[in-house]
Amino acid sequence: MSEQTTAPKAEKEPEEQAPARARDLTSWLPTLVDSIAAVVLALVVGAVLIVFSTPRVIESLSYVFSYPLDFFEYALVAVWDGYRALFTGSMGSLGAWERTLERAAPLVCAGLGVSLAFRSGLFNIGAQGQMLLGALVAGYIGFSWDLPVGLHALVALAGALVAGGLWGAMAGVLKARTGAHEVITTIMLNYVGRFVMLYFLGKEALQRPDSDNLLSPPPADSARFPELGSLHIGVLLAVLAALAVWWLLERSTLGFEMRAVGANPDASRTAGMSVAKVYVLAMTLAGVLAGLAATMQVLGKGDSLTDQVAGTVGFDAITVALLGRATPLGTVLAGLLFGALSAGGLAMQGAAGVPPELAQVLQALIVLFVAAPALVRGIFRIRGKGEGSGVMATGWGA
Amino acid sequence: MKLEIRGLTKRFGSFTANDHIDLTIEPGEIHCLLGENGAGKSTLMNMLYGLLEPTEGEVLLDGEPVTFETPGDAMAAGIGMVHQHFMLVPVFTVAENVMLGREQTRGAGLLDRKAAADLVRELSGRYHLAVNPDALVEDLPVGVQQRVEILKALAGGAQVLILDEPTAVLTPQEIDELMGIMRELKEQGTSIIFITHKLREVKAIGDRISVIRRGKVVGTAKPTASEAELAELMVGRSVNLTVDKAHVTSGTTVLEARNITVVDPRGHQVVKDVSFEARAGEVLGIAGVQGNGQTELIKSLLGLVRPDAGEIWLDGKDISKHGPLQSLEDGIGYIPEDRSHDGYVGSFSVRENLVLDLFRNDEFSSGLALKLDAIAANARDRIAEFDIRTESADSPVSSLSGGNQQKVVVAREFSRPLKVLIASQPTRGVDVGSIEFIHKRIIEERDRGTAVIIVSTELDEIFALSDRIAVMYDGRIVGTVSPDIKREDIGLMMAGAHEPVSGGAA
Repeated sequence: MSEQTTAPKAEKEPEEQAPARARDLTSWLPTLVDSIAAVVLALVVGAVLIVFSTPRVIESLSYVFSYPLDFFEYALVAVWDGYRALFTGSMGSLGAWERTLERAAPLVCAGLGVSLAFRSGLFNIGAQGQMLLGALVAGYIGFSWDLPVGLHALVALAGALVAGGLWGAMAGVLKARTGAHEVITTIMLNYVGRFVMLYFLGKEALQRPDSDNLLSPPPADSARFPELGSLHIGVLLAVLAALAVWWLLERSTLGFEMRAVGANPDASRTAGMSVAKVYVLAMTLAGVLAGLAATMQVLGKGDSLTDQVAGTVGFDAITVALLGRATPLGTVLAGLLFGALSAGGLAMQGAAGVPPELAQVLQALIVLFVAAPALVRGIFRIRGKGEGSGVMATGWGA
Repeated sequence: MKLEIRGLTKRFGSFTANDHIDLTIEPGEIHCLLGENGAGKSTLMNMLYGLLEPTEGEVLLDGEPVTFETPGDAMAAGIGMVHQHFMLVPVFTVAENVMLGREQTRGAGLLDRKAAADLVRELSGRYHLAVNPDALVEDLPVGVQQRVEILKALAGGAQVLILDEPTAVLTPQEIDELMGIMRELKEQGTSIIFITHKLREVKAIGDRISVIRRGKVVGTAKPTASEAELAELMVGRSVNLTVDKAHVTSGTTVLEARNITVVDPRGHQVVKDVSFEARAGEVLGIAGVQGNGQTELIKSLLGLVRPDAGEIWLDGKDISKHGPLQSLEDGIGYIPEDRSHDGYVGSFSVRENLVLDLFRNDEFSSGLALKLDAIAANARDRIAEFDIRTESADSPVSSLSGGNQQKVVVAREFSRPLKVLIASQPTRGVDVGSIEFIHKRIIEERDRGTAVIIVSTELDEIFALSDRIAVMYDGRIVGTVSPDIKREDIGLMMAGAHEPVSGGAA
């Protein structure tokens, strides 16, 4: 045990060491290998959970030494059935794909917001609050105003984008003006957002007449997103948003400034960029994207407003962004994966013996493994790039 | 104690930082290790001091092979190290710092401060290292703090002392004192490994000189070798150590600072009532030991720091309230002292860094859209013009050597028309070959009629480039002199003495 706990000598850079300084936010991002490893590892741990929660497998353990083949056969069958149900439920049919895409769309949009802020050096934990504000405005316009079909949806959409953007901008302005850390302010604004929602839900004007719960009427049909086949166009909007964010980051002057500020604010300031402007703009755009995510729930799915209208999308978006390494394409792929887990999780409940919570457990495991890349690297013995990885690596590798 | 290094090798992945290094350090010898930044000197010393594990090879002390797992092992074996960045606790006294890690106690776990102070007195008496054991480290000048580091190593029983770039933070007078201490230590039998890239110092103090280039010992030399020979060994080709520059008559005043005062966030006045002018076609050198207000002064010139009092005039226009963007647009070129901190974005490609403050120009963008072709073409031209050694224009700047990183910054600042060029430590951590090149470009810029302001803590650089020298001490300009002043006189001014009579006012 003792030799396992001694940390190995830190492998220093071959160049003369640079003076210590605050680590840039991107050092939090997993590498592509880390991201894939996290998903694989989650599936492996998930398989173990399936095995040990299947009654037939547990029973076979009591005679495993007489007939070991039974245990292995039942275990394999259980894992196979479970993951097959997950797969067919998310990608096995047209309907499954539709469910996956509709669940992925809000995750992608909110995830893009988190990614965009991340690339600008801001850790935006506030997608949830930004979504709630977007949902509130979209929902209110959706059921209380009377506008022609099409225009109604557009106005409700615009309202949601503005509301989400303003909510995001608050954290940006606080950071730029006072230096208040965005992690703290966005978390706090999530609470404020939830209570703003509850406050308005308590008002007569937002109460659904036939219900005793704090619940608004659903949006009018004229405010709903039009459908292509049985998919609402929100899915298309999510794809357009991803393209727009890609263009902004990689092809525009504003994105150049955002990435520069995110990677080195001091050099950016010296090169004449306004770090404050970038912070405010990045948080505003992040809020706009979260507002767009909210419209998927309200105008796309047609949900009534409750304080749960955003579900956990705003928080899952953080994992989606990190798993996607804060790039637009990565965020889309990670959003699809989470959408698939969510859609497939429902289908899995039908499969015999599989715990219905498994999809959520898988998501949670991915969160865990993305957040602890050192752990994942240790398990797979991936050579670490960060200095912090060494300690974990011996604990598991040796 | 005799220290032998045999075939010591360190690889980081495919990169070989040290390649079969053989060195012998005789007892009571000052052995200079000369090499450019990134040549592998620090890697070698970190292996000797137990901070890095050698890939191959062995270390012998008095003929016995030894391995060091931690710096503690190395210290126990009699190897001490004084790092470039001091490892002292500022709020502790000298004695407390010296006893740190080997605290003696009197019963009941009480610290025996008196024993520690006595030890400091005993050691400082024996080696003529004047230090007050009861002084707080934070109150001591840098040169004395360095003595505390040496005392710490000696208190640990060091017989081989490694000094890593010890002169970088010292005034010329303090360097002389340090050399005195080194001679004293040597006479008492301590071996010293003296790491530096400054040729003058090597010649002044070394008994033997080993030159390291690209991780290999490329030669040994006697201190009688000429500076040109040593430089050639170090770089691998002959180098021109002096900057050729024609004498020019300076033109009109371009930039004028009037009574600038800057107060730092902690409320200290770091720049005190500084006035000077920079003239067209002239290099104004600002000399001074690190931390005497130069950093804040030039930051205020660009608008990164708002001066608390005073005015800055550029071409008859008051620019005191301008931010960096306006200052850059007004034609100020700026090479910051810490390039990785302020000069470039490490994760950005060479191509992107070459337009870091130019991307707004019509040449490189229209509206919101970047003109990628123009940016790529610009990178091709600059890389060729400034001989930037990079795998491709797409490589992140952090993957380049220090000299090439600096060339990226310099190339960028020189790629627009300038009225004033402000360059702080333009060649710090840069190899000799690139120093030559950068100095040449700076003089070319001067000859084009730009007013140039050079801030440097290296007197060699100040003397090589300047047409006029302003010396800063404790936030003030204590005098402005012509470059034919004697080194010693300018050294005195850097240490706070007033303008000497012998220095001709410029």
